[in-house]
Parts: sequence; C-alpha cells; structure tokens
Amino acid sequence: MTEDRLLRVQDLVLHFRTTQGVVQAVDGVSFELERHEAVVIIGESGCGKSSLARAILRLLPRNVHAYSGKVYLNGTDVMSLDEEQFRREVRWVKMSLVPQAAMNALNPVLRVGDQVAEPTMVHLKVDKQQALQQARKMFEHVGVPVDFLNRYAFELSGGMRQRVALAMALVTAPDLVILDEPTSALDVLTQANIFNLLKRLKRELATGFVLITHDIATSSELADHVAVMYAGQIVELNDAARFFSEPLHPYSQKLMASVPRLRADIEPDFITGQPPSLINLPAGCRFAPRCPSRFAKCDQDPPLFGQGRRQVRCWLYE
Amino acid sequence: MNQESARLPNPSTAIGGDGRGDRSDAMLLSVQDLHVWFELKRWGFAHAGYVRAVDGVNFDLRQGEAIAIVGESGCGKSSLMKTILGLNRPIKGDILFEGQKLSELRGRSLQWYRSQVGYVQQDPYGALPPFMSVRRILEEPLVINRVKDGEERQARIVKVMEEVKLFPVDDFLTKFPHMLSGGQQQRVVIARSMILNPKLLVADEPVSMLDASVRVEILKLLRGLQESHNLAVIYITHDLSTVRYFSEYIFVMYAGQIVEKARVNDLLRHARHPYTHALLEATSDPDAKNAEVFKEVPPGEPPSLVNPPSGCRFHPRCPHMMKDLCDVQVPPDFEPTPGHFAACWLYR
Ligand SMILES: Nc1ncnc2c1ncn2[C@@H]1O[C@H](COP(=O)(O)OP(=O)(O)OP(=O)(O)O)[C@@H](O)[C@H]1O
Ligand SMILES: Nc1ncnc2c1ncn2[C@@H]1O[C@H](COP(=O)(O)OP(=O)(O)O)[C@@H](O)[C@H]1O
Ligand code: SF4
Ligand code: SF4
Ligand SMILES: [Mg+2]
Ligand SMILES: [Mg+2]
Repeated sequence: MTEDRLLRVQDLVLHFRTTQGVVQAVDGVSFELERHEAVVIIGESGCGKSSLARAILRLLPRNVHAYSGKVYLNGTDVMSLDEEQFRREVRWVKMSLVPQAAMNALNPVLRVGDQVAEPTMVHLKVDKQQALQQARKMFEHVGVPVDFLNRYAFELSGGMRQRVALAMALVTAPDLVILDEPTSALDVLTQANIFNLLKRLKRELATGFVLITHDIATSSELADHVAVMYAGQIVELNDAARFFSEPLHPYSQKLMASVPRLRADIEPDFITGQPPSLINLPAGCRFAPRCPSRFAKCDQDPPLFGQGRRQVRCWLYE
Repeated sequence: MNQESARLPNPSTAIGGDGRGDRSDAMLLSVQDLHVWFELKRWGFAHAGYVRAVDGVNFDLRQGEAIAIVGESGCGKSSLMKTILGLNRPIKGDILFEGQKLSELRGRSLQWYRSQVGYVQQDPYGALPPFMSVRRILEEPLVINRVKDGEERQARIVKVMEEVKLFPVDDFLTKFPHMLSGGQQQRVVIARSMILNPKLLVADEPVSMLDASVRVEILKLLRGLQESHNLAVIYITHDLSTVRYFSEYIFVMYAGQIVEKARVNDLLRHARHPYTHALLEATSDPDAKNAEVFKEVPPGEPPSLVNPPSGCRFHPRCPHMMKDLCDVQVPPDFEPTPGHFAACWLYR
C-alpha cells in the first residue's frame, strides 16, 4: 500500500562535524508525499531546512559526521544505491532541486537555453538538438519567452532567472522537485506570478513538490501538507487545511501568531528568545526554553504523538 | 486599527504634493519635484541615456509622523532615500529640512543635517564593520560629532542599547557583528542610527532579510522608538502586510513616481490605483484556501527606467488601460476622496 507513495522519508539524519562540535542539522526526520501534492517545510533560519533537502538528494558536503535513514522513491529504497547508481538513476532524473538563491547561481558565461538543455543531455543522454527542443518547451511552460534561450543570466530580471532555474529542475520530468526558498528574494507581484505557475505545474505534471520556506503566508499558496521544523526535527506534521486554521504545536502557534496579516485585524506577536544551537541542544523538549506551555514532563524528550499525516512532538498531546 | 488612528500625532496632516497641501514651516521634511537620474555611459564615456530612478516625487513629512513608501524592487525607493540622506544629488527639485535647502548645506551645517537623520539600511549583514566591537560601532558617530567626554559617550551608548533592548548591555558591548544573530545585528544598526538623537529616521527595508519571527519584533521596536522620541520615520518596504502596524500614511511608488498616497486604512480598504490593487491582491495571508485559487496579478515586470512607457507608466500591465488616453497622456494626481491621491485616469 505504501509502495505507491511517491516519497517516503524515514528517520533521516545528517550531522556535520565542525571545530566547535557536531551540528545536528537534520535529526531524525520522517514524512511522506504523493504525486500532485506539495509539502511545505517551514521553520526559522538555521533549523535545518536546506540540510534536509541536501540529505534527501545526497548532496553532501565534506564534513559529514553522520548520515543515515531511509528515502523511498516510488517504493524504491534509494539510500541503498551506491553513489554511481544514485547519480545515474535518481538525482536530476527522478528528483531535482531548485537550490536556495538559484537565480543568482546560474552560470554567467553560458546561454540560459544551453543551461536548461544540459540536464537532459547529461542525465537522460539525449542529443543536443533534442535537448534544446525540450528546453524550448520548458521555457514556454514556465513563462519565459523562447527568444530568451540565447540570452545570458545577467540579461534577465530576478523573476525570469528564477523561472529559468525552475525550468532546469523540471526539464528531465522528475517525479519529485525540491524548491528551497524559491521566491524569498523576489517582489510580491513576481512572487505571486511564480506561485501561480507552481500551482499550475502541480496540477498538470504528475510531480510532487517539497517547498522549503520561512515565509508562512506564501507557503499557504502551495501547501497540501505542512511540516514544521525546529532545531533539526519535525515538530508538527499536519494537512494544510487544519494547520493554517489550528496549528497544534506551541511553536507552530507562535510562528502563526508572528505573521503580519493584511486582511485580519490581528496584532502580530514575536517569539521571544532564540532557537538553540544545534551543537549544544538542551535536554528534553528543544522548544522548552521558549515555550509558554512547558511543564514538568518537558524535561524529557517528547516523541511524535499522533499518526500518519497528523503528528506533533509535544507532551501536551500525549 | 482604531487604536492606530488614535495614535496619529496630527490628524490634519497634509500630504498633498503639487502645491495642494499645507506647506507651512512646521514641516520637518519637504520633498519637492524631486528628480534623481543616473547617467548611463557606453564604453565608459559616451552618453547613453539616463536611469530615471526618481522622476517627479513630492511629499511632506511632519515631526513625529511615520510614512511608508511601498513599491517593487528597482522602482526607485532606495534612490529616493539616498537622496534624502544627501548621498545622491538630484538633477532637479529640492529637499527642505526644517525649511533649509539640503543642496545649500555645506561643512558644519551638512554634518549637523546628517546627525539629524538616522539611517537603517536594507541589509543588516552588510551594514556593520566586521572588525569593530559593538561599543566602537556606537562610539564612532559620537566621536565624529565631537562628544569629547568619555563618560558621556559611555552613558549615551548604554542608554541607546537599553532602548533597542540589547540586554545585558555589558555582554553585548564587547561582541563583534559575526557573533550576533540577524535580529541582534539589526538592533545594533538601529542603535547606531539613534545615537545622535535624530529627528528623522529612514528605514530602508529594515526587516526584509530577517526571519518572519524576528520581523515583527524589530518593527515594534521601531514603532516604540518613533512614539517615545516623537520621531519622523520613513519606512520603505515592498511588503504591504507590515505597513499597517507601522505608519499613518502609505505612498505607493511605481517606476520612479508616487502613484497613490493615502492614510493607511483608507489605502488598504479603498485602494484606487490599479497598481495598488495588484500589490494588495498579490500579498498573501496564511490561509489554506490560497492553494486552490490563482491570484489575479498583472503579468510582466516593471518597465525600464531608461525608456519608461509613455503616458501612465503602468499602462502596459494595467487591466483598465484606456487606449489613446493612458498610453498617451501622463495622469496627474486626482483626489477621489479628500486626502486620498491617485495618479490614474480612472479618477479624472
Ligand atoms: N556544511 C556544514 N557544516 C557545518 N554546519 C553546517 C553545514 N551546513 C549547514 N550547517 C549548519 O546546519 C544548520 C542548519 O542549516 P540549514 O542551511 O539547513 O538551515 P536552513 O533551515 O536552511 O536555514 P535558512 O532558512 O537560513 O536557509 C545551521 O546551524 C548551519 O549553520
Ligand atoms: N548609482 C546608480 N547608478 C546607476 N543606476 C542606479 C544607481 N542606483 C540605482 N540605480 C538604478 O535606479 C533604479 C532604482 O533603484 P533603487 O532606488 O535601488 O530601487 P529600489 O530601492 O526601489 O529597489 C534601478 O534601475 C537601479 O538599477
Ligand atoms: S513538550 Fe512541553 S516545552 Fe515542548 S512544546 Fe510541548 S509543552 Fe512546550
Ligand atoms: S491611468 Fe490608465 S493605465 Fe494607468 S493605472 Fe489608471 S487606468 Fe491603468
Ligand atoms: Mg536554507
Ligand atoms: Mg532598495
């Protein structure tokens, strides 16, 4: 039954070694995703969102201290593949990434059309002619005029460059696309246009999306499911309809309360204190030092309570 | 929101440009027909046109008043601010501070002007010198402005740090910027901008680089300072959802010009200009229903400021464009309701 799930992440761990100690950036993360669906991962800066993306795609830096867990894609355990197989069969082919600040990371000396053609040539082994044909189609798909194929990145606006980065991730028709802060650096109108595009793609393509962001308001533009991350762990998993009206975890509630609203007369409130260092994590609940509801039990590590698509890491829900 | 209007320092403030408003000497800052153009050079010398970053901007600001300037990136917000700070020279128009022309200030009086205007810049991460401790960062403006007494300097540093809530002060004094979180760095930037007791604070996207959870904290801090010091504040942002917590007036800027001016509530509830409508529509509140609908936002991007569109600069993207009018004639400021200005032919 679970075999037809697009993505299943189980107990994923990614720790980094540094001179100060071990950074527990991803510390036992599990979630699932279907085709035509999007899960958004939200949380404050430094909580491990981008590291989670790297862990899923096995894009690891040199200083890895620990890397473990399971990632199933269409039922296949991709963690058990060796690096060569993973590169040949999974990364870019079945899952791709639009990295944080991708629009600033395009190659300045290559025409953007060639850059979008490259993944299909390298990973799907099609010839240049056909790859350019596909790039052209992808440009139309993401709303970049096709005569931009011959331009360089610096000749494009931020919004257009972000669309090109998106085209690069989609051109191989992957099953899963991970978007790391795709619109954070963009203006509101450009942002809205990109989200319109993502909504359309989610309906049209049999692709699943993992959207990483710290912008809670815009995350609701795409979310079917929400995963809230705090200090390397998921502290709440919920479906979007319930999450945005009634978040469960005290941290999620605080996060939601911090969002300034245009259409409601709610005075936003901020979260006092700072997230813990991922090197020296507090014993017990990691949110306890900032939690208004903490009680005696919170000295112990809370497990995830609840099941399936609705889980919360908090003793209040024991 | 009612609370907010009750807090208005001066309910009869005139914001009209174009000679409409009250231009009495009570104005702290008066921006008059301001044009800031940057020359484009080809091969380093041949003239190749101008970037018209600010192209005919008018507004007045009283002591204690907070306004927000809202618009997309590249519309000229930072250029406008830098001109107010005296960092850019206008090619036309004037800025008056307490009745004195900024273009005529020199030497000591220019230094005095700079001490009257605090600046919180867009990117806190680049704003602070990396090899200076918080103490030195805050001491420097005092030294430059000849506060000679070391004890007085120390007292002022402690006071301003308490005001921006950098507690415990002693711990922070010796820290260097890289040891601080983004939110703490922005507090240091704000402390530095306040240390000379300015009358005007210019905050250019002060929270856009910060986490959502810290944004509100910093905005509330700025609001608190504005009230306790009766500061005039110009808050620049592209995020409409934050302005209602902060300012009394909103000026909407598009392609180098202000296209709508109104009180905050008036603008949010009865926006007039099609561009303002687009900004409002594009702004999200957290709501699961958002995922089910497409936003009705104009396609395309802001125009080039070298060759801006004729007539109304928004006309190529405007759903209400009237042929042979909007694409030909520049719309003046219309005033559909008292105190609410929109540069749009729909209100002729
Ligand atoms: N290669 C690395 N070596 C050591 N520490 C790292 C490495 N990469 C990330 N980290 C640390 O891991 C933690 C999580 O980083 P990550 O980039 O995943 O955060 P994030 O949630 O994506 O934050 P942001 O919202 O700022 O992008 C941070 O404390 C970061 O400093
Ligand atoms: N020193 C400069 N030289 C040339 N062009 C400039 C300069 N400063 C700003 N510009 C241009 O002026 C326009 C407005 O920029 P800016 O005021 O920074 O906009 P905003 O702050 O609204 O994003 C942009 O097209 C920008 O590239
Ligand atoms: S476990 Fe305790 S401290 Fe942690 S979030 Fe729940 S109530 Fe707060
Ligand atoms: S003047 Fe015309 S084109 Fe410009 S905003 Fe108004 S209706 Fe639209
Ligand atoms: Mg990140
Ligand atoms: Mg700017």
